[in-house]
Amino acid sequence: MTPAEYYQRDRTWQPPALAPDYKTSVARSPGLPLLSLRNSLSEITGPVFGHGDIDATDNDLIRNYAKTGDPVGERIIVHGRVLDEDARPVPGTLVEIWQANAGGRYRHKKDTYLAPIDPNFGGCGRTLTDDQGHYAFRTVKPGAYPWRNWVNNWRPAHIHVSVFGRAFVQRLITQLYFEGDPLIAQCPIVQAIPDPRAVEQLIAPLDMNAAVPLDCLAYRFDIVLRGRRSTLFENRLEGN
Amino acid sequence: MPQPLDYLKETPSQTAGPYVHIGLAPGAAGFDIYRRELGWDIAGPEAPGERIRIEGVVHDGTGAPVKDVMLEVWQADAAGIHAHPDDPRHEAVAPGFRGWGRVITDFDTGLWGFDSIKPGPVVGRDGRIMAPHISLWIVARGINIGLNTRIYFDDEDNSADPVLALIEQADRRQTLLARKTAPGRYRFDIRLQGDGETVFLDI
Ligand SMILES: [Fe+3]
Repeated sequence: MTPAEYYQRDRTWQPPALAPDYKTSVARSPGLPLLSLRNSLSEITGPVFGHGDIDATDNDLIRNYAKTGDPVGERIIVHGRVLDEDARPVPGTLVEIWQANAGGRYRHKKDTYLAPIDPNFGGCGRTLTDDQGHYAFRTVKPGAYPWRNWVNNWRPAHIHVSVFGRAFVQRLITQLYFEGDPLIAQCPIVQAIPDPRAVEQLIAPLDMNAAVPLDCLAYRFDIVLRGRRSTLFENRLEGN
Repeated sequence: MPQPLDYLKETPSQTAGPYVHIGLAPGAAGFDIYRRELGWDIAGPEAPGERIRIEGVVHDGTGAPVKDVMLEVWQADAAGIHAHPDDPRHEAVAPGFRGWGRVITDFDTGLWGFDSIKPGPVVGRDGRIMAPHISLWIVARGINIGLNTRIYFDDEDNSADPVLALIEQADRRQTLLARKTAPGRYRFDIRLQGDGETVFLDI
């Protein structure tokens, strides 16, 4: 038996390549239609990662770069599950995150924002989901920061999230936003997503049940990757 | 009202932004944090096959090089086998071969490049053989959802490839061909928009 293909991506749910209010997209968006391709082996396979690739402490951003003590900022846990569109867990998949520090400054040689670098904060982490698709990071809440688009645009506080899934077609990079942030509604990058229900999918709610008393708050962020057809009435995908 | 369908919706994509390196290639961002960064060794030292290097530049719609792009590559080994359990032949994949890589551009020139082995032909849909190719995924500031394309090789017989055959405008097929510049060396430039726009795939 050969494995089944994945559900087509709902391009009406995803942000379009061209979103004129996000100015950088104007010259970086293809002008011609994408060529739609049914999955072959090249698409339904993808990289496999294991515990040999990463260290167990890579998911603790409070400690993974600490030099003289803990980083400054609101201590939080970010946790959730990676699921597919059939609500099945995606186990053993690599989740990577990166973010600004509590002042909104990135540890990156191209970031020149005036907020200071935190000597104890690197700003990246990675982990593998468990058998039920769960993942968790410990970090500090990132600050909002200004960026050049209109004269005075500020990104809402956000964490960049990268997920692999099982197949190259499931590869996804997105951003996590925080419940209650008034900058979400003003952000041209967020508002490139046409459907407000899809925007809500990127807003992590405060999760007091996962917060640790006298230590840190928690936010919950579930990630959904493309689902996969079962092989009802299906001709064989590959000729083997 | 009909019965509701209870599928979840795919999480919306957002741009990787200009600081993608912090998370995915921190050495390039300017700091050392992980014991080992991922994606720099695609084929491993043992895998048989022709050792190749592919270089290129991603251009935006004005022709300027895109200097903050990240590319990921995915490919089969020289026998056309993927290192993945859904490949029916995966147990025979070349030793040490992973097939996945992560590549970033030079911040000053926009040039990127990676070393690998040339993949073999892969069995495609309905048993049709696909010419040797490398799958590519491109993210950057200004790219709201990652762009997929394929690298084929101009020194291979691509005439029967079922994916290239789907491209209606025949002269656009060459946007997916890496040009051989020296033994084992290829050039593959990508144009996001405008004249010579690369064929991007909805996979
Ligand atoms: Fe950011």
